Amino acid sequence: MSTDTPPREPLAPSPTGLPEGADLRSAAGPYFGDFGGRFVPEALVAALDELDAAFTQAWADPSFRAELDELHRSYTGRPSILTDAPRFGAHAGGARVLLKREDLNHTGSHKINNVLGQALLTKRMGKRRVIAETGAGQHGVATATAAALMDLECVVYMGERDTERQALNVARMRLLGAEVVPVSTGSRTLKDALNEAMRDWVANVDDTHYLLGTVAGPHPFPTMVRELHRVIGEEARGQVLDVVGRLPDVVVACVGGGSNAMGIFHAFLDDPDVALLGLEAGGDGVATGRHASSITGGAPGVLHGTRSMLLQDEDGQTIESHSISAGLDYPGVGPEHAWLAATGRAQYRPVTDDEAMQALRLLCRTEGIIPAIETAHALAGALQEGRRLGPEGVVLVNLSGRGDKDVDTAARWFDLVSEEDLVASEDLRTDVADEGVHDGPDVVAGGAPQDEGVPPEGPGSRADRGDDRGDR
Amino acid sequence: MSAAATAPGATGTGTSRTGAAIDAARARGGAALVGYLPVGFPDLATSVEAARAMVAEGVDVVELGLPYSDPVMDGPVIQAAAQAALEGGLRVRDVLTAVEQVAETGAAVLVMTYWNPVVRYGVDAWARDLAAAGGAGLITPDLIPDEGADWLAASEAHDLDRVFLVAPSSTPDRLASTAASCRGFVYAASTMGVTGVRAAVGSAAAGLVEATRAAGAERVCVGLGVSSAEQAAEVASFADGVIVGSALVRALGDGGVPAVGSLAAELAAGVHR
Ligand SMILES: Cc1ncc(COP(=O)(O)O)c(C=O)c1O
Repeated sequence: MSTDTPPREPLAPSPTGLPEGADLRSAAGPYFGDFGGRFVPEALVAALDELDAAFTQAWADPSFRAELDELHRSYTGRPSILTDAPRFGAHAGGARVLLKREDLNHTGSHKINNVLGQALLTKRMGKRRVIAETGAGQHGVATATAAALMDLECVVYMGERDTERQALNVARMRLLGAEVVPVSTGSRTLKDALNEAMRDWVANVDDTHYLLGTVAGPHPFPTMVRELHRVIGEEARGQVLDVVGRLPDVVVACVGGGSNAMGIFHAFLDDPDVALLGLEAGGDGVATGRHASSITGGAPGVLHGTRSMLLQDEDGQTIESHSISAGLDYPGVGPEHAWLAATGRAQYRPVTDDEAMQALRLLCRTEGIIPAIETAHALAGALQEGRRLGPEGVVLVNLSGRGDKDVDTAARWFDLVSEEDLVASEDLRTDVADEGVHDGPDVVAGGAPQDEGVPPEGPGSRADRGDDRGDR
Repeated sequence: MSAAATAPGATGTGTSRTGAAIDAARARGGAALVGYLPVGFPDLATSVEAARAMVAEGVDVVELGLPYSDPVMDGPVIQAAAQAALEGGLRVRDVLTAVEQVAETGAAVLVMTYWNPVVRYGVDAWARDLAAAGGAGLITPDLIPDEGADWLAASEAHDLDRVFLVAPSSTPDRLASTAASCRGFVYAASTMGVTGVRAAVGSAAAGLVEATRAAGAERVCVGLGVSSAEQAAEVASFADGVIVGSALVRALGDGGVPAVGSLAAELAAGVHR
């Protein structure tokens, strides 16, 4: 199998496919120009129809909106704030860089916006079980959180490779009561987790909602997930107008499946003077073939229920993506982004692992904010855009998530931890084990799913011994 | 867009090769046996040999799987076989070679494929080359007729069969529209789930066959979960054809071509019981 999607001819900007004069914001699927649709087994069609009808009805229902708004206010922490980043901006050609702080949401990323909406909808549809796929673990953690809050059973599929890269998030999900199933087929990453979730859904569709984590998948997911995230752009648009007195010159966001980017782009789609820039994971560089830049380095095709841009070889087999960021390590992208790229309304560029990590460290040091590595791709784009625009420019960045989960990766990348530190911490673990506190099996990546439920009380129970399981 | 009239192999008779094979099997009593094997597992030559052995032992319609990187409708047995085939270097054009070699037996040969490899090849070009190789048509597990306008046109142009799936969750309206879009037969998925060997065929299967016929289907074959002669006989009592996949793949993996032949013979005895 070759490692590179064969090049395609450059395309002229394609028409939007919308009725004459219609706002871009009115695009509601199932098709976005040539992209989107429902390329699924027939067995899922009834569930997708049900979901489409349920969401359309709920979204038009003021009581559903009020319930979600209240959850966002009292649980998520919305509206998220807008932060001026002048010391970072000094490195971006002196441009004014404004950060939309989705990292401050409960669970640490934008993912909660989508998850709370779909979990409420799950209850409304009378289903009691949710399943989800996760890459970095952010969507899995958010789903496990919503499931705990709303008393839903929760199973999260995660590529085995990712359970290793993001072991802390595996522990988080299990702590929240979710079952985490490591997926060991295919490339053992996000795309395979998605396959496994689809298989589960086909078999359990009666009582299970597939809580898909991004603007990809079959209709109505791309539309529904965008609707649930568009609060980001709506808030940010008003906040920028308040603090700057005008709209930004450019809005930048990282693009994995594309949910945080669609969420912030949507409010600006019909503001022709606002440029929209999506930053894809460039891995080692698009030219190396080791990347996750589906729009920049892919070709049109069908994957996971939708027609969009994807990394594929000349036989149409999906090519494994590569990125330092598990959350962007996906060979496809949402169909609305493919459409925005084809029409020329938004631009997409790759950012390499190295560029992203440099931008990550820069934000830490200039603003005291540790961003997720996914988000760092957007920050690298903000640096480029600021330098292009100069001191008069205004750059709005979707700060999609915080970097706590990535500290381990950053420590390795920048050599922040010495061998001695590592040895010392291992000794500490041995001490703990010696005291007999740590007598359970290690909850390690790829281990048997832990499904302990609520720990039993009483003499000799785990709670009684004060056993915290020493989960890593 | 098509060169249908001049395409080699597109004889344009307008009758379904698969349908004829099923009707001939029904005329002999019982139902038709449809056997699935993925091309390239364990290697190209052996997969062809195994498919030919199935035909020799009584399989009426051969379903050749095109191995794909993301087979969402398949369970562990077929997933593993497809992955092995791809790791062994199997290419899409090898599937056409296999079709040609298996079609020489006279059996109707369908290709079962996820949709993206066909999109990538070009829908019309694929239909043209499949017809030229002697293939009878396609089974498309992740393409519903609603999304298949280009395939409906290409299959018409190249005189190929179109097999779409129906499921226990399909509404009467969808049964009708899917049945109307199929040529050859309608594939009834016996259970809500992926391919794999199951202890019992879904109880919904008989009802689904009846409902699909009532919705206008000429022939309905049942797949997902059939592995033994007993199950094959049971399904043959209410369906036009019995589709067996994972059990044959497992036999090939465990016992090679002879094991495929003997399982096919047992299953054939089952469907004609
Ligand atoms: C912080 C953060 N940003 C971005 C993404 C990428 O997803 P999307 O492109 O759907 O926003 C993820 C995914 O895990 C994430 O955790």
